[in-house]
This record gives sequence, C-alpha cells and structure tokens, in this order.
Amino acid sequence: MFPDWLAWVLLSDLFPWLLITLGAVFFLAGTAGLVRFPDLFSRLHALTKADNLGLGLICLGLAWHNKSPSVALKLLLIWLLVLLASAVSCHLIARYALHSDSKVWKQRHD
Amino acid sequence: MITPDLYLVVAVFLLANLLIGLARIAIGPDRINRLLATQLMTTLVTAILVLLAETLNLPSLQDVALLFALLGALVSVAFVRLTSSVRKDSTS
Repeated sequence: MFPDWLAWVLLSDLFPWLLITLGAVFFLAGTAGLVRFPDLFSRLHALTKADNLGLGLICLGLAWHNKSPSVALKLLLIWLLVLLASAVSCHLIARYALHSDSKVWKQRHD
Repeated sequence: MITPDLYLVVAVFLLANLLIGLARIAIGPDRINRLLATQLMTTLVTAILVLLAETLNLPSLQDVALLFALLGALVSVAFVRLTSSVRKDSTS
C-alpha cells in the first residue's frame, strides 16, 4: 500500500536536505528576480515567492530533521510571522507605489 | 554527522544571495526599490539564523530569527507611514 522507496526517502536524512535545497533554490530565484526584473511590481512578485516558499521549505526541512515538537512549533511560528510580515508590507509597498505613479513595464511590439 | 555541514553550506549560499541582493540597493532608482532589497534581506537573514541555530546547536538563535522577522515587518510599515505622511504635508 505504502511503497518502500517512499518510506525510505521520507525517513532518511536525505529528505530534510532535499527540502532545504529546494528552499534555497527559491531564495536564489527571488534574488535573481529582484536584481533582474524590470519594474517594481514584478520585483514584488519575485520577492514574495522567496519569502513564503523559500523560508517555508527551509523551516519544514529543519523541523523534519529535528523531530522535536517544540522546535517544530517555534519554526512554524517564525514562518507564520514572516508570512504575515511579508503580506502586510508587500501590500503597503504596492499601494504606495501605485499612488506615487511608479513606472509599469510594458513589452515593446516593434 | 555529515548533514549539519550541508546546512552550513546552504547558509553560506544564502549569504551569497544576500550579497547579490545588495546590487539592487546600489542600482535601485528610488527609495522604494531599495526597500524591496531590505525586505528580501530580512527573510534571508531569518533563514540563515534558523539554519545556524541547527548547525551550531544554539537554539537561542531561533529567538533572534523571530525578533528579526518582527523588526523586518516594522521597517517597511514605518517607511510607508513616514514617507507618505511627509508627502501629504509637503503637498498641502
């Protein structure tokens, strides 16, 4: 019913490391987006993915590795706080940019 | 015994990301773009602290990460509040 290889992956030390690497990849994508994207709103979009998923995967991986409920709860608390903070601040920044006539990038059709 | 060292590698990788993010502070055309880089750095430092708490076996660093996340939220809220009130004053 439950495949052997899946149980092996979930119980081994490999799985938390996989989650953390995936989180680091999301952070890399967020950084690349922040540096490379053309306008403020698309940068905001890249940033929130890194905030939410990157930190979420890293916290999940660490909690999995630790196997202790108190540590897992604290990591969950950190992640929820960052979620709340990034949601509120991104909303504020987007509204501020909208009211201050920030430039919006448009693709050129030559 | 080999996994904690890999966490350290990821922490250093995130630190490198933070250095790349400094480029946005350097080239960002206005203040709000620079604030975005600060926003990313707050999250990056939180992740680095959480990873270091595991690797160095220092659970108190998790509290530092919690505080850092809280202060990072306050930075952008304070920025938007203060600058928009200044703008309103200057236009009226």
